[in-house]
Amino acid sequence: MTDQAQLLPGTLDLLILRAVSLGPLHGYGILLRIGQISDNALLIEQGALYPGLFRLVRQGLLKASWGTSENNRRAKFYELTVAGRKRLSEETASWNRLATAIAAALSQQPEEA
Amino acid sequence: MKTLDSFRARIASFFHPEDLRDEMEEELRSHIAHRADDLERTGLRRDEAERRARIEFGGREKYKEEIHQAAGTHFFETLLEDLRYSLRVLLKSPGFTITAVLTLTLAIGANAVVFGVLNALVLRPLNVPEAERLFVVQHGSDVASHSYPDYLDLRQRNRSFDDVAVFAISQSGLDEGKDPTNVWEYETSGNYFDTLRIQPYLGRLFHASDEHGPNSAPYVVLSYAYWHTHFQDDRGVVGRVVRLNRHPFTVLGVAPPGFQGTVLFFASDIFVPIVNHEQLSGDKLILNARGSHWMFEMVGRLKPEVTPMQAIADLNSVDSYLKKSYPKEEGNGTYTLARPGLHGDYLNGPTRAFLTGLMLLSGLILLAACANLGSLFAARAADRSREVALRLALGSSRNRILRQLFTESVLLSLVGGVAGLVASILLLRRLSVWQPFPRFPLHVPVSPDANVYLVAVVLALVSGVLFGIVPIRQVLRANPYEIVKAGSAGAFGRRMTMRDVLLVVQIAICAVLVTSSMVAVRGLMRSMHSNFGFEPRNAMLLDTDLTTAGYSAEKVPAMQRRMIDALQAIPGVDSVGSVNYPPLEPPGTWQGLVYTDTTEDLNPSNAAAEPNMFNVSPGYFRASGTSLLAGRAFTWHDDTNAPRVAVVNREFASKILGSVPDAVGRYFKLQDGTRVRVVGLVEDGKYGNLTEAQKPAMFFPLLQSPASWTWLVVRSSRDPQGLGVAMRSVLRDIDPGMVLAIRPWSAELGGTLFPSRMATVSLGVLGLMGGMLSITGIFGMAAYSVSKRLRELGIRIALGAKRKEVLQAALGRPLRLLVFGSAAGLLLGLLATRVLSTIVYQATPRDPLVLGGVVVAMSLLGLVATWIPAQRALSVNPLILLREE
Repeated sequence: MTDQAQLLPGTLDLLILRAVSLGPLHGYGILLRIGQISDNALLIEQGALYPGLFRLVRQGLLKASWGTSENNRRAKFYELTVAGRKRLSEETASWNRLATAIAAALSQQPEEA
Repeated sequence: MKTLDSFRARIASFFHPEDLRDEMEEELRSHIAHRADDLERTGLRRDEAERRARIEFGGREKYKEEIHQAAGTHFFETLLEDLRYSLRVLLKSPGFTITAVLTLTLAIGANAVVFGVLNALVLRPLNVPEAERLFVVQHGSDVASHSYPDYLDLRQRNRSFDDVAVFAISQSGLDEGKDPTNVWEYETSGNYFDTLRIQPYLGRLFHASDEHGPNSAPYVVLSYAYWHTHFQDDRGVVGRVVRLNRHPFTVLGVAPPGFQGTVLFFASDIFVPIVNHEQLSGDKLILNARGSHWMFEMVGRLKPEVTPMQAIADLNSVDSYLKKSYPKEEGNGTYTLARPGLHGDYLNGPTRAFLTGLMLLSGLILLAACANLGSLFAARAADRSREVALRLALGSSRNRILRQLFTESVLLSLVGGVAGLVASILLLRRLSVWQPFPRFPLHVPVSPDANVYLVAVVLALVSGVLFGIVPIRQVLRANPYEIVKAGSAGAFGRRMTMRDVLLVVQIAICAVLVTSSMVAVRGLMRSMHSNFGFEPRNAMLLDTDLTTAGYSAEKVPAMQRRMIDALQAIPGVDSVGSVNYPPLEPPGTWQGLVYTDTTEDLNPSNAAAEPNMFNVSPGYFRASGTSLLAGRAFTWHDDTNAPRVAVVNREFASKILGSVPDAVGRYFKLQDGTRVRVVGLVEDGKYGNLTEAQKPAMFFPLLQSPASWTWLVVRSSRDPQGLGVAMRSVLRDIDPGMVLAIRPWSAELGGTLFPSRMATVSLGVLGLMGGMLSITGIFGMAAYSVSKRLRELGIRIALGAKRKEVLQAALGRPLRLLVFGSAAGLLLGLLATRVLSTIVYQATPRDPLVLGGVVVAMSLLGLVATWIPAQRALSVNPLILLREE
């Protein structure tokens, strides 16, 4: 448990978009998917997912509809909208730029001690 | 787009907040169930699995709140909460709520009414296409100073206008086969409708091409309102022939609804081409007389590329040509342009100034109301300072508390604003259909529109924020620890503050208004019962114009006599008389210069007086109830073959004849040198208006000085309705084509009393406003004073103070202000009524009833305003109060 990383602010939305981009999922499914694609390396409190989901729906990046889950229960499924897909690719690119830059900065060896 | 979506989501969730809540609840439940399913698969019991799932989920309430915020519903949730809370708080203190709402209703209502009138008369353009290019052409200081030939020259010679139209206003008898009635008409140039770009509602309108010289266009266009009321929306009216003053005219069409001519307050019934003026008036010459400036208004549509300044220069160059060509007929003065609608500058200026003044006044009333409500609000905030302090101490943010207070004040002001708006709409609607003078189609078209609604709502919001601001400083400064520890006993200022001065001024103004309205009401009551020199009760008036009914001058007297004889024969009729124009009938009576018998040089400067002049039939004095003091009334033998005679009033006798007892038998002279012998003496009366000083009056026999306009006075104790029907049928037998207007004389006097009634009503309304303001002002101050000193009062009571002493301590200051303000107001009011006595007959401030009334009114006002705070001060329970601290 202790080796799980805290999420940086704002990154949860990106993870949600990424998780949903592979196909419609309900809330719990999204949580599982995030765990799966991040090798369970991220610490997310379960309830914290929902404000993010509602916010993304309001922004028109996700759309939601009620359906039946693999456990045969009623659940609300989320999928990407066109705007959501566009946002995901923009955010991914900008995250990659940032990550590369930070990684480069951190790996730079000081020239003099 | 995004903001729009989110706005939509907010709106949707505002109207269906429970939908969102249910959906959210179900989703979270579904999540926990799925998690529990997984946990169960690892071997846990179901109930244990569910418990674990719930724990893992985290703080559900916290997340729900966050979800609300994320879904954009937070704002409205809070608002609803605040609204519910405000409603509860306001309902708990109904005295405060009612006072506040009533004050706002009055203040905002007054503003809405004044703005409604301002909007309709000044701000809103005339209801015709492209009204901004339309201008009234005026000459010199007077609008109505064009002759018809002048108009033709101006129209032809100017280079600035697309077209120029002209019209005059007159009255005719319209006969469509049964009972003819009087109509008011615009006699217009043929191009009138085309200049204004008015399209017909029905049929067609007339055009310049319809005119081919005098009497060539016997056409009439009906106004929509007249068509609606007199032809019952009959579409078959087009093409029908009606008679106007006995000449046949063809109905061409109906003007569109809402169009009644270019003068806003004058609702014309019909439109007739002015080239047919001779048929309407019987006057052959006036249309071509360059010196007769009888056109009512000239309206031009400016060419798009011409500025008003250029047009004025152009018009004046035409004018200089006219002045050169017709030096005798053309008046002085130059041409100017004015906005249409209010008869050019003649009414535009005064109306604008009057309404702007009123708007300012009502704005001040609203401001004063806000100031008063603000202090009331501050008093409440002081009462609630413990509650506020507790909430602050428990972690509520100041923003949240202020927001709640604002919700309360804006809620109050919106309720007051809506009530005020509804009241003002009702009032404006009534005002729109109101016709102060029954004989003239004068009205004030002020139907409210969206602008008025908007202004009322904005005013309500602004005033809500304004008086909500007052207690803010108090809340912001509040130190929760101090207040919870020490209670709310702050120092209550002893010195004269701005608020005190404001309050005294309000009370004084209120007292002035109450005084003057009482003086006006008393004057009005007295004038209803004063001696007019005739008796309007049990008398009917009938007026008709025999010339326009087609009778030539020689035939008029005989016809008048036939009418009098026929009416006299009606059972129950006591007496019948005729007069050329009755006394006290607006706009005023006829007058003539007279000279003493010894005057040789009949220059106007030597005239002895200019008495009122009436031409009456023998039965007039009896029928009108004018007492004959000496001598005789006229007989039918006082005709053109007999010597000239007259009956005069007492004032005439003492002023011109030099003696009242010996007046009968003396002579006086008229302007043309005729010697007239006085045969009778009658009582004095009122002739022009009720407030005039005593004036001399003379009466001449009808047969010696004929008049075509005939007013018949029928005295009878029969019920007016039945008598009216009988009179109409008798006169119809003599001539079915005559226009007859019949009504009781006392009703006709309504027009005479109009100014004093108006003065009384408006003073009453203003007095009511002033009273309302004073009440809230005193109420606010008294409530504040009591709540600030509640602890002190409690201690006084605990130490054994009597009720009187408590009241004195609590309310002494506001009551002193009330007495001071009322006294000042009463004094000023008595001075002001000197002005009032010129408008309202017999308005005198030296009247014990008025003085007593004002004192009673102001005391009542003080009692009402301090009742609630006094109750509160007296019901202080020292034990509870001291324990609380």
